[in-house]
Amino acid sequence: MKPEDILRTAREEAEKQGFYKYRINICCSSGCLPFGALNLLKAFENAVKEFGVESECKVARTGCPGTCSVGPVVLVEPGGYIYQNVTPEKAREIVKSHIVAGIPVKEYLYANEAFFKKQLRLVLRNAGKINPMRIEDYIAAGGYQALIKCLTKMTPKEVIDEVIASGLRGRGGAGFPTGQKWNFVAREKNALKYVVANLDEGDPGVFANRTLAEADPHSIIEGTIISAYAVGAEYGYIYVRAEYPLAVNTLREALKQAKAMNLIGKNILESGFNFNIELRLGAGAFIAGEETGILASIEGRRATPRPRPPYPATSGLWGKPTLINNVETLANVPLIILNGGDWFAKIGTPKCAGTKCFSLTGKVNNPGLIEVPMGITLREVIFEIGGGILGGRKFKALLVGGPSGGCLPESMLDLPIDYESLTKAGAIMGSGGIVVIDDTACMVDTAWFFTDFCVDESCGRCVPCRVGLLKIRNILERIMKGEGKMDDIDLLEELGVYVRDASLCGLGQTAPNPTLTTLRYFRDEYVAHISEKRCPAGKCFKEPASMEVKE
Amino acid sequence: MSVSSPVKIKIDGVEVTTYEGDTILSAAKRAGIYIPTLCYLDGLSSYGGCRLCIVEVKGSPKLFPSCTTPVSNGIEIITNSEKLRKFRKLTLELILSEKPHICSICVANGHCELQDLAKEFGVDHLRIEREWTAHKIDLTHDFLVIDHNRCILCARCIRACDEIEGVHVLDMKMRGKDSQVIIDMDEDWASSRSCTSCRKCAMVCPVGAIYVRDKPFSEIKDKEIAKFILSRRGS
Repeated sequence: MKPEDILRTAREEAEKQGFYKYRINICCSSGCLPFGALNLLKAFENAVKEFGVESECKVARTGCPGTCSVGPVVLVEPGGYIYQNVTPEKAREIVKSHIVAGIPVKEYLYANEAFFKKQLRLVLRNAGKINPMRIEDYIAAGGYQALIKCLTKMTPKEVIDEVIASGLRGRGGAGFPTGQKWNFVAREKNALKYVVANLDEGDPGVFANRTLAEADPHSIIEGTIISAYAVGAEYGYIYVRAEYPLAVNTLREALKQAKAMNLIGKNILESGFNFNIELRLGAGAFIAGEETGILASIEGRRATPRPRPPYPATSGLWGKPTLINNVETLANVPLIILNGGDWFAKIGTPKCAGTKCFSLTGKVNNPGLIEVPMGITLREVIFEIGGGILGGRKFKALLVGGPSGGCLPESMLDLPIDYESLTKAGAIMGSGGIVVIDDTACMVDTAWFFTDFCVDESCGRCVPCRVGLLKIRNILERIMKGEGKMDDIDLLEELGVYVRDASLCGLGQTAPNPTLTTLRYFRDEYVAHISEKRCPAGKCFKEPASMEVKE
Repeated sequence: MSVSSPVKIKIDGVEVTTYEGDTILSAAKRAGIYIPTLCYLDGLSSYGGCRLCIVEVKGSPKLFPSCTTPVSNGIEIITNSEKLRKFRKLTLELILSEKPHICSICVANGHCELQDLAKEFGVDHLRIEREWTAHKIDLTHDFLVIDHNRCILCARCIRACDEIEGVHVLDMKMRGKDSQVIIDMDEDWASSRSCTSCRKCAMVCPVGAIYVRDKPFSEIKDKEIAKFILSRRGS
């Protein structure tokens, strides 16, 4: 295939879809499937047939538009009408009124306009709008045109320069400048190089990467191919957790279709560039998402991080230079290539360009997957997009950055979201999880819950993380049982700082964050537990199982 | 290693000339500057697990394990600050509290690197509660014994078995606090067909986790024998 063939496909597909006056998009991602999204798909197809509007209304299965709490959701285009909690009965009504008569069914609509108002959906540009199982949909939406531009008009160096100009930083959590990382790998003189797309999203309550893969797998694939072209790699891996079966299937199908169109393989679009992608499934270790842990896992070994240097850029997979990027980072790349680095640099803040996806969960009215420009404040995210605290209760804290993030109190709500501000406050950007905690939660219990997760997921190689974290958890447990001593607070702080500074990899270096930040901002609760044998939230003094998550 | 360009660094204020690719630890050793180590052993690959050999590098807020960090021109290294001493002592306390380490009933008493380090750093009591979970002891082999109650998971035995003897009988299973050294596919030592009974694991074990039955400990843990073998096999 040639670049012109792809562009022709885009034209033809857009024309074909233009025939339809309406498009009913049914979310069939992991959030809505358990609520009968597939039945809904059938119900809509039947209803469209029943009313004889097949020629003007297209029913399609798509990914997630983000409103995960009110599933199953259906998006009707044009106009972006989102229907919530749709049932097969409602489906018939929606077709009858909205499609046939042109009047949206108001009482079924998702009413929280504020949810989308402050969002800026770049990475999730196609989520909920295209059928992830059809490459033609993605191409018609402007997909793979960035790749064509790279292959036909740009040298690898120009691609890297564009990414550097954009100011894009790694979305996996650490925020390392992406263009610089690409440069490190590109300048390595080795015939064999690898690229790895990291989709090992293991944090509890975080689902941004999964949703992206389920809704728009080709944006990840396109970004991966471009990164490989830029650094001169011929082989790539997309590493997905096996616990994401739908994401795995979607990516597998997407790779097959991309191969069939010669977007992956030998002599891609007759440019002379060869690149092959393989899917690797993780065996369920959180630590496999760590930069060097993922390498060990792909090589078939136990996912254990190793000390750096050597950095993967010089010695990665099988000792070869390897580029590792989070899939969200990669999904940004096609946009940067098409619109230019300067365009991207204008979004967000001067130091942190672009947007970030967050999984907004916990005690908030509108939980779901959101994408916001960098620099937005936490208050805007929780009280405007999130719609405030569930049940009218009082806000107490929020945990940013997954299980190794920090618990921030109300006084930090006006903190702008960017890597530096969050790190300064004791939290991290991390995988992009925001858990909202209301006044019914005990902060010692919260710290215990996330520490327990990290104790479970520690690889065991270095002493601070393996033993230090375990001891932190045990001390928290003791405090919750009412057996704490005043010395425990100092000991917790000492251990926390030690684990943070002395651990080998990012897991240990961030795992004490929940403990350290709750000690910093909610010390009075610790003191109440120890000296007054009282839990301010009325939760403790029993076995710590109050926040157990059942999978 | 091939001769490469010289690198000048400063360790505790002393100027040291070394070469590119060298680690901070070996540069310090050659300069006669002591850095405590536990999982590190000359002749085996570096593991970076025990974190005893962490050092500070001027201008960086991070700590670096000296056994795995390569030198680079002009860096200034501090091997012995108050923070480092505190952290090293805490490391030893944590290792000692992870398993039921009781020196008085341990076969390695008096020949134990962990015990020596604890003495050196003045660990005479533990501020942290100990774990008392009982672990397995494998007594099936004719003369080799592995007692998981004493294992500190330094992986020296695994590296010696893989890199020196070349049979890779030993490896690690599980993760985190459940990590355990295993023989073949987690079998009894007696049923292992790949083990050559070379005893190198017992020689390199810094504590009393792997030892040879009915042999005096001064002989099993004679590090001179281990060092001799390791130096002859190259790094």
